Amino acid sequence: MDKLPGWADVVLVPLISLLCAAILSALVILAIGQDPVEALNVMVTGALGSPYGWGYTLYYATSFIFTGLAVTIAFHASLFNIGGEGQAQLGGLGVALVCLALPWPHWTVALLAASLGAALFGAAWAAIPAYLQARRGSHIVITTIMFNYIASALIVFMLVDVLRPVGQMDPATARFPPGTNLPTLDQIPGFSLIFTRTVPANVTFLVALAACVLVWALLWRTRLGYEIRAFGRSEPAARYAGINPFRIIMITMLLSGALAGLMSINNVMGESERLVQNSTEGAGFIGIAVALMGRNHPFGVLLAALLFGFLYQGGAELGLWTSIPIELRIVVQGLVILFTGALDQMVRMFLGWLFRFRSPKAA
Amino acid sequence: MDFATLIQILDSTLRLATPLLLACLAGLFSERAGIFDIGLEGKMLMAAMASGAVAALTGSVWLGLGAGIVASMLLAALHGVASITFRGNQLISGVALNFLASGITVLVAQRLFGQGGRTPPLDGAARFQHLTLPFADAVRDVPILGPIYADLLSGHTILTYIALLAVPATAWVLYRTRFGLRLRAVGENPAAVDTAGISVVGLRYAAVAITGILCGLAGAYMATALQAGFGREMTAGRGYIALAALIFAKWRPWGALWATLLFGFFQALALRPDVVEGVAGVKVPVSLLDALPYILTVLVLAGFVGKAIPPRAGGEPYVKER
Repeated sequence: MDKLPGWADVVLVPLISLLCAAILSALVILAIGQDPVEALNVMVTGALGSPYGWGYTLYYATSFIFTGLAVTIAFHASLFNIGGEGQAQLGGLGVALVCLALPWPHWTVALLAASLGAALFGAAWAAIPAYLQARRGSHIVITTIMFNYIASALIVFMLVDVLRPVGQMDPATARFPPGTNLPTLDQIPGFSLIFTRTVPANVTFLVALAACVLVWALLWRTRLGYEIRAFGRSEPAARYAGINPFRIIMITMLLSGALAGLMSINNVMGESERLVQNSTEGAGFIGIAVALMGRNHPFGVLLAALLFGFLYQGGAELGLWTSIPIELRIVVQGLVILFTGALDQMVRMFLGWLFRFRSPKAA
Repeated sequence: MDFATLIQILDSTLRLATPLLLACLAGLFSERAGIFDIGLEGKMLMAAMASGAVAALTGSVWLGLGAGIVASMLLAALHGVASITFRGNQLISGVALNFLASGITVLVAQRLFGQGGRTPPLDGAARFQHLTLPFADAVRDVPILGPIYADLLSGHTILTYIALLAVPATAWVLYRTRFGLRLRAVGENPAAVDTAGISVVGLRYAAVAITGILCGLAGAYMATALQAGFGREMTAGRGYIALAALIFAKWRPWGALWATLLFGFFQALALRPDVVEGVAGVKVPVSLLDALPYILTVLVLAGFVGKAIPPRAGGEPYVKER
């Protein structure tokens, strides 16, 4: 098979994969007796048609940037971290413990401390599967999945038996003190010109953008990043070059878990302002689709996260205004993962065929 | 814990181990042929929905079972196309199919029945009935062996017995037939199989198809025997636990039986807080019991597996030399 031009591999392959996923999703909508054109209309209007819609789209995108980066960094070391969901839930626990511990004077201090808590708890939850993979050879995919189930049970236990205030019925923590409330985009000078109504997107979005840059710098501009990528390409070669596999697996997974945990400052601290059950709402899993769609590059992750933010907000609007169940989002998510992660070779073969078809004329 | 309680727990062990065993054997065929399959979970879920829906619509559990197998095989075929024909990443393909199944099952069930993504409760001929083995009532009063036969082994649905029989059948196919030899070879060294003039692609598709059938049985069991109908996410990670059991079993059929019985036992314990508290001597939170099967799965994988060597060519797409 001919090699595709670089730009086609970077731009065309994801776009065509996305198109395939979109076409199949439209067929699914048709199959359950709904109108895909109307569905798309509702999604675009609801997610992108107003600053208010954008506020939600950016809010979801913020979470997906973190979880997407988490999966990305693990992918570069050839580790498949499916445990972002559990790590993000634990991150939420970290945020809650920090926010409830002290009467925080200002949100900047609280944000710093809560980020630390979120990253620490997320990393801790990734540490055990990482250790088991590095030392005992347990398959990281299976252990991280098991840890997702264990995490949700642990959160239920913490909310029901430990953190729930006396006299409260629903399993959730108390509201965080006002000093921890993060400014939403409508309260930030500059953004407030666009966002005139209260939106859930908050200052965490800027933290997420910073995280993109930091992850990029780490992976492509530091020695550690080089070691991670070398290890991911070929473990024997990395070992031969003196790279310690145990160290790389542990560091990569800790970073991955920390990034997944960090998403909780967006949803737990920035939006709900208390920890509730299933606070992540599947964002940890979306990270897989975002990383694949973004071709494991932080900039790609940013774009893919925006796309999934649109999909999530749009999907929620579908659930509100049409009789298409909200689970359509999971179907689209599965299709995107399938086409970008597993059938990418099919897309490449198809493109290669197209390019071969064209080149004799050019020559 | 007295003898009667033990029999009860072992009885539900067998009941809960059935879908694990079927899924584990399903994974065994696929992985022995060199195709990793994280998607057991999705196939089971799809089969559970299809069988629950068709059984509810037609009133026949056998039609439901057929629909479950067909649904599961469709997903298996998709996995085959992605990982065999287009040489994609098998782990990612499996994960994608799990999400696909998780969403589609709710969409279809909601469209058909409008009950929030569930299928209506099944009864009568729409469900697998409990079979009483011959002489079960006659020997019940024999000490020790009587209850073991009458209460533990008897009184399950036909799918449980099929699952148990599938163990020797799998062992026979794998170790005593030409197909089994080739299947194992294609998972270890596909180039050798290719050199012998046997189709690697054909064998792998055959293995993936068998995986589809067995996952179909597992899913149908979930919706029409273990429970009375399909509920969203009803497989609750069983596909992954089956994979853990497969590693614990070191990819061997009889090992699969013992491993899944062990994991079934963990799940049975989680259903009996009174027994766990009696043995442990302290009050155990419900959420810990919910997490117990998953925690024990991790512990088993971490500590007791020993050296588990997967099929050598597992996860690698085969590229024919040109």
